[in-house]
Amino acid sequence: MKKQVLFQVETPYREALDVTAYQFGGEEKSVAVVGALRGNEIQQMYTCALLIRTLKRLEEEHRLSSACGILVVPCVNHFSMNIGRRFWAVDNTDINRMFPGYSGGETTQRIAASLFEVISPYQYGIQFASFYLPGDFLPHCRMMDTGYQNLQDAADFGLPYIILRKPQPYDTTTLNYNWQIWNTSAVSLYTKETDCVDEATALQAVNATLRFLSKRGFLLDPPTECALPNIVQEEQLITVLSQAGGIFVRKHVPGDQVARGEVLAEVLDTGTAEIKSQVLAPAGGQVFFSHKAQLIGEHEVAFRLI
Amino acid sequence: MLETIVSVQLPVGEHLMIQKNRFTPLTSIPACKRICVVTGIHGDELEGQYTAWKLAAILNQHQEQLRGIVDIYPALNPLGINSICRGIPLCDLDMNRIFPGHSDGPVSEFVAHQIIKDLSGADVCVDIHASNIFLRELPQVRVSQEMADTLVPLAGYLNMDFIWINASATVLESTLAHSLNSTGTPTLVVEMGVGMRITQSYGDQLLDGIFSLMAHLGIWAGEVPDVRTPIISTDGNVSFANANTSGIFLPTVSHLAQVQKGDPLGLVVNPLTGETCETVFSPASGLLFTLREYPVVYNGSLIARVLGDTP
Ligand SMILES: [Zn+2]
Repeated sequence: MKKQVLFQVETPYREALDVTAYQFGGEEKSVAVVGALRGNEIQQMYTCALLIRTLKRLEEEHRLSSACGILVVPCVNHFSMNIGRRFWAVDNTDINRMFPGYSGGETTQRIAASLFEVISPYQYGIQFASFYLPGDFLPHCRMMDTGYQNLQDAADFGLPYIILRKPQPYDTTTLNYNWQIWNTSAVSLYTKETDCVDEATALQAVNATLRFLSKRGFLLDPPTECALPNIVQEEQLITVLSQAGGIFVRKHVPGDQVARGEVLAEVLDTGTAEIKSQVLAPAGGQVFFSHKAQLIGEHEVAFRLI
Repeated sequence: MLETIVSVQLPVGEHLMIQKNRFTPLTSIPACKRICVVTGIHGDELEGQYTAWKLAAILNQHQEQLRGIVDIYPALNPLGINSICRGIPLCDLDMNRIFPGHSDGPVSEFVAHQIIKDLSGADVCVDIHASNIFLRELPQVRVSQEMADTLVPLAGYLNMDFIWINASATVLESTLAHSLNSTGTPTLVVEMGVGMRITQSYGDQLLDGIFSLMAHLGIWAGEVPDVRTPIISTDGNVSFANANTSGIFLPTVSHLAQVQKGDPLGLVVNPLTGETCETVFSPASGLLFTLREYPVVYNGSLIARVLGDTP
């Protein structure tokens, strides 16, 4: 394992932000893994850290192929993480909306450019990512439907679901999208949590990554067998909106099978604790996403079902 | 007449509401035209608040001069303005990156969808921004390249100093202006002044422009002042100066100065050591139309934009 500072960002009155990578195997640019781009992506950073710990051991045991090079960047934005901010703490810009970056531009464009210069030559790109809506997910792989995607790459992670997303204009500056456009096969892995650590799904993401490495021959162990994943277009997910604002009491969590008409959650009046509204399943299926915060407003995405 | 165009319950006993004030002619005029003046998508941009107030105040007094409909939306992001937050406080998103929205989406997208529904079909829409807290801007209209033929003639009435024709970037397709322009509602984006402050002289200048545009459209029958002739330029004539070190920026020129290429624009200094980290130089000769207002800068922070002299 080689630890190296990829680049540095100087800011007034603070130590420079050192963006650090951990490198395994040879010089080959095979797989790049990126963790926290946002200051609240603690689970994503932790998942990278677990992966680094595992790869270090596998490398010491000579179980990594010498024909591969793996680079893992656990955290790009501890500048914001250390002071409890989600986006770049000065101008509130999102590094994951700045790709491919611009080396002559604003600070976060420069950060994106410096990072992208290092990671864009890699054959495969893996991002441990978070969603902009707060809530719990079933662990899954996500790919942009740009026409360049290779579904087999996502399938080889062995997670039960692959979500294919048609890019919207605001997706065109994300890391995942730009990796694909610049010829890296890019997969984003979503686990249950963002701002706190969920050990079980972090391990699941690490194991999925190891499985992918085995499938590509980068890890010499044989891959574990998995069931075939379900491929779902994002627009096929059924969105269930809240009909009222109040205290959100969840009756089902991601992974649960629910029947049509079943009560997924109740919204309680904040003054009387009486049930103000029931969130009902419009169809039978599996809960894929659920709102998690204890308060909910009207017209929020309470659940998504597969 | 006050109208609520969208209202959703917040968790505890309150609604998120977006309101407009509609002014109509004293006697109804069939097939009359409509102008929408919107501002406050970015909660830290307040320049438009003055213009909205003064426009409403004049229309309250002189409804007899109206020959069409004026809709004023002072706060498209009311929670943001209320709480000094640039984005939408509920989700921290830039509201100007979620249009056209979605009727079945989360609340931010639903709100965007309702806004578009209400504005669509207007004869012209003016979307007033105020740069941000970091930069001070000359009063200007920003127009995308593909809409220039339609919008530049309308922008000429707005009494702004500068019309900047921007190359289009895909990400900007999520803005309010793009969503409206691409569906047939001509929308002019005004940028002027600086975030979190009001420059009343700029507001008055724009107000004259709005009345002149209304007169052109046949919405206003009252007197209108003469408007200035703007400089019209594409990206090719605009040069940028960014900081390449971090520290405190101290300008050595004033906003709107005429500068020569290579002139010093300011210093980036280190108050701890007493060092000057960097002198920032003008990248071109011309008008310093954008200047850094917020003193703390990082490597990459935009310091100035210069509109080059045409040879
Ligand atoms: Zn703005």
